[in-house]
Amino acid sequence: MANPTSSLTVALVGNPNTGKSTLFSALCGVPARVGNYPGVTVEKKLGKYRDDSGEVIVVDLPGTYSLSARTMDEMVSVDVLLGRQSDVPKLDVIVAIADATNLERNLYLFTQLRQLEIPIILVLNMWDRVLASSMKVDLAQLSERLGVTVVVATASRSSGIQEIKAAIRTAAAKGSSTPESLFPPEFQAECDTLRDWMKASGEPEMQSFLVQRLLLDIDSAHAQRLSKQPELKELPNRIAEARARLASSGQRVPALETKCRYNWIRSRLAGVVDRPAEDTDTLSDRIDHVLTHRVWGLVIFAAIMFAVFQCISTGASGMMSGIETLQGALVTWVHSWLAPGTLRSLIDDGIIAGVGSVLIFLPQILILFFFIGVLEDCGYMARAAFVMDKLMTKLGLSGKSFLPLMSSFACAVPGIMATRVIENTRDRMITILVAPLMSCSARLPVYILLISFIPETHWLGGWIGLRGVVLFAMHVLGLVVAIPVAWLLKRFFFPGETAAFVMELPSYKLPSPKVVFYRVWERGQSFVGRAGTLIFCTAVLVWAAGYFPGDHTEVHQLTRTIEQRELQATGDTDDELEAMRAQERQLNGALIKGSLLGQAGQAIEPIVKPLGWDWRIGVGVIASFPAREVIIATLGTIYSLGGDVDEEDSGLQDALASSRWEDGRPVYTLPVALSIMVFFALCAQCAATLMVIKRETNSWRWPIFTFVYMTTLAYVGSFITYNLASWVWVG
Amino acid sequence: MLSLADLREGQAATILEVSGDDAIAVRLMEMGLTDGEQIKLIGFAPLGDPLEITIRGYRLSLRCSEAKRVLVELVV
Repeated sequence: MANPTSSLTVALVGNPNTGKSTLFSALCGVPARVGNYPGVTVEKKLGKYRDDSGEVIVVDLPGTYSLSARTMDEMVSVDVLLGRQSDVPKLDVIVAIADATNLERNLYLFTQLRQLEIPIILVLNMWDRVLASSMKVDLAQLSERLGVTVVVATASRSSGIQEIKAAIRTAAAKGSSTPESLFPPEFQAECDTLRDWMKASGEPEMQSFLVQRLLLDIDSAHAQRLSKQPELKELPNRIAEARARLASSGQRVPALETKCRYNWIRSRLAGVVDRPAEDTDTLSDRIDHVLTHRVWGLVIFAAIMFAVFQCISTGASGMMSGIETLQGALVTWVHSWLAPGTLRSLIDDGIIAGVGSVLIFLPQILILFFFIGVLEDCGYMARAAFVMDKLMTKLGLSGKSFLPLMSSFACAVPGIMATRVIENTRDRMITILVAPLMSCSARLPVYILLISFIPETHWLGGWIGLRGVVLFAMHVLGLVVAIPVAWLLKRFFFPGETAAFVMELPSYKLPSPKVVFYRVWERGQSFVGRAGTLIFCTAVLVWAAGYFPGDHTEVHQLTRTIEQRELQATGDTDDELEAMRAQERQLNGALIKGSLLGQAGQAIEPIVKPLGWDWRIGVGVIASFPAREVIIATLGTIYSLGGDVDEEDSGLQDALASSRWEDGRPVYTLPVALSIMVFFALCAQCAATLMVIKRETNSWRWPIFTFVYMTTLAYVGSFITYNLASWVWVG
Repeated sequence: MLSLADLREGQAATILEVSGDDAIAVRLMEMGLTDGEQIKLIGFAPLGDPLEITIRGYRLSLRCSEAKRVLVELVV
């Protein structure tokens, strides 16, 4: 029993869609710590609040339907609840949250939680909906029959929060009691026999909940672990015999558990909860008839997805150019007080550019999660998965993978973050790993730069142009490649049977601004705080590789002179100044060639030659590891045009066009342009994506895996394209 | 034998058994599909799969391949 005046640790447990995260925010405000449980993708969210008696630490456990511990989420939940998760303190109180409008199903998890011998309170959330309906609940009776304190709350409006806090203290002070068993005596007897046998075999006393689970869970990981001990190797036989005896008395496992629990729940709710007769023509059902209609359902779905996609691509661009303007202003400001030199280069091209490369993703993340928040909270998200499921099963995924993959066409970073809506670990991993193949907006500048090497051929009276066809093909390429990749991943890396697609379809409601805000805020913060640091470090490292080694004294001296001249400039054309600028660009071009980056580019020339590339393209590809579009600035520097060129810069396009091999052949031909485009369509040249994969999978294994498989694909694809195009083009 | 996947839109039925004892069967039972319960088929997704049912007062969607394992008897 915990001292009621000391600090407490409580866990929030409940089914998905019960408003658990909203209650968490209402209790603790913004989470103090969001991370992962060690070694798994399961999110760990801790928060705290203070009441009159002291501090309370709140652990938000993943939404789960049962404690039978078959999924990763359930296993982590059980470990935390039993005090086996070493980085979470032992729990003083369990706060079980149930959707008040759907008590029967929600109480299933509660019947398991009450057996854990930890003080427990039951929160009936979404109470406003009960009040608005003709449903009646006798709370005093319910509390009496379930043997726990029952509190009603509407977390999205912060109502009932004080009552919950008070109930937590009372429950902690009262301690736990052993609840009456809801299983038949035959089962109870089998549990006692098994427990006695294990005790006789020298096993320490086990909680009755765990003994029950040994009998109830087919192929339980716990039983397998225990039977590894020599004195318990008889365990599987013992369990099988017990199950056989139960089955012969009509109590078949696993149906026995669900049957007993649901019977118990129904008997407790009878006469206490008065629900209007089953109604399948509610407002929610009528909305559903339209939104999942054979024709309208698809039309509306397409319209919503198009609107989301459009807002991400266009809405974000305004904010993104704002960030770029701010970055430019900052650089100008640094130049006003810092003379050219290594420090200034580090600040400009390392730090400011690094911070910029993190912030540039924020607008898309915020917009996407705003829409996800709205769609999820109003209940449409589940319908979107419902509508798209059949199509996505063709990819070996489920309906829930649609939105993350679609968002990845704008940017894989928010797309990968959005995979959190996929509960199934296997589907989620595959979606994360194929998302970077979708053609994101950062690839477009590369395509635009190279498209000028594709002849402007038109067919069908000018309606179809070759350039348009190539651009379209580049956008579809990743999606087409993703199909076999997903299949292979599923077959070789994540084997096992397909998970059930058993999904609750919550009734529609108006989204709560608070819920949406928290979602957007939390995702934004988690990106900047966790992935942002890694992206920033990569940017600085690549800056250093492009800067060192090399004697920059001359170029710094030159820049200083130019800047002084510019300050005194009269506006007349100054040929001497122009000449100095040209010399500055020459020097920079030479310096990058001699830098680590340039050396690496030259070293890999034999490797990239089969793709039709020269060393300059090699340098560009290596330098664009932080982000694909960096290749343009790098090529600009290499061709002595300065780093601030863009993809439509005619100077850069001319420079590329006049680029020659030693024997005088042009470097950039149609096959080479196609080869580079295919490479960029399939490669993983995006540090942000890789860092987000690291953050979401909680392991370095998967970003490395993604980089290796995508680079291999890109190389092979590029090689085939180059050779095929050369053959067609020349032949 | 009739399964949940064989029902037509709007038809009500009583569950006889969820066949199998693997993870999918257990999940279905945990979601409340136990024998003796009444269910009603609300409809199918636009592409014909998955389907939506009402059980224990809430709406649940499952794929036809899963619904085939739920053996039912029509309520007349």
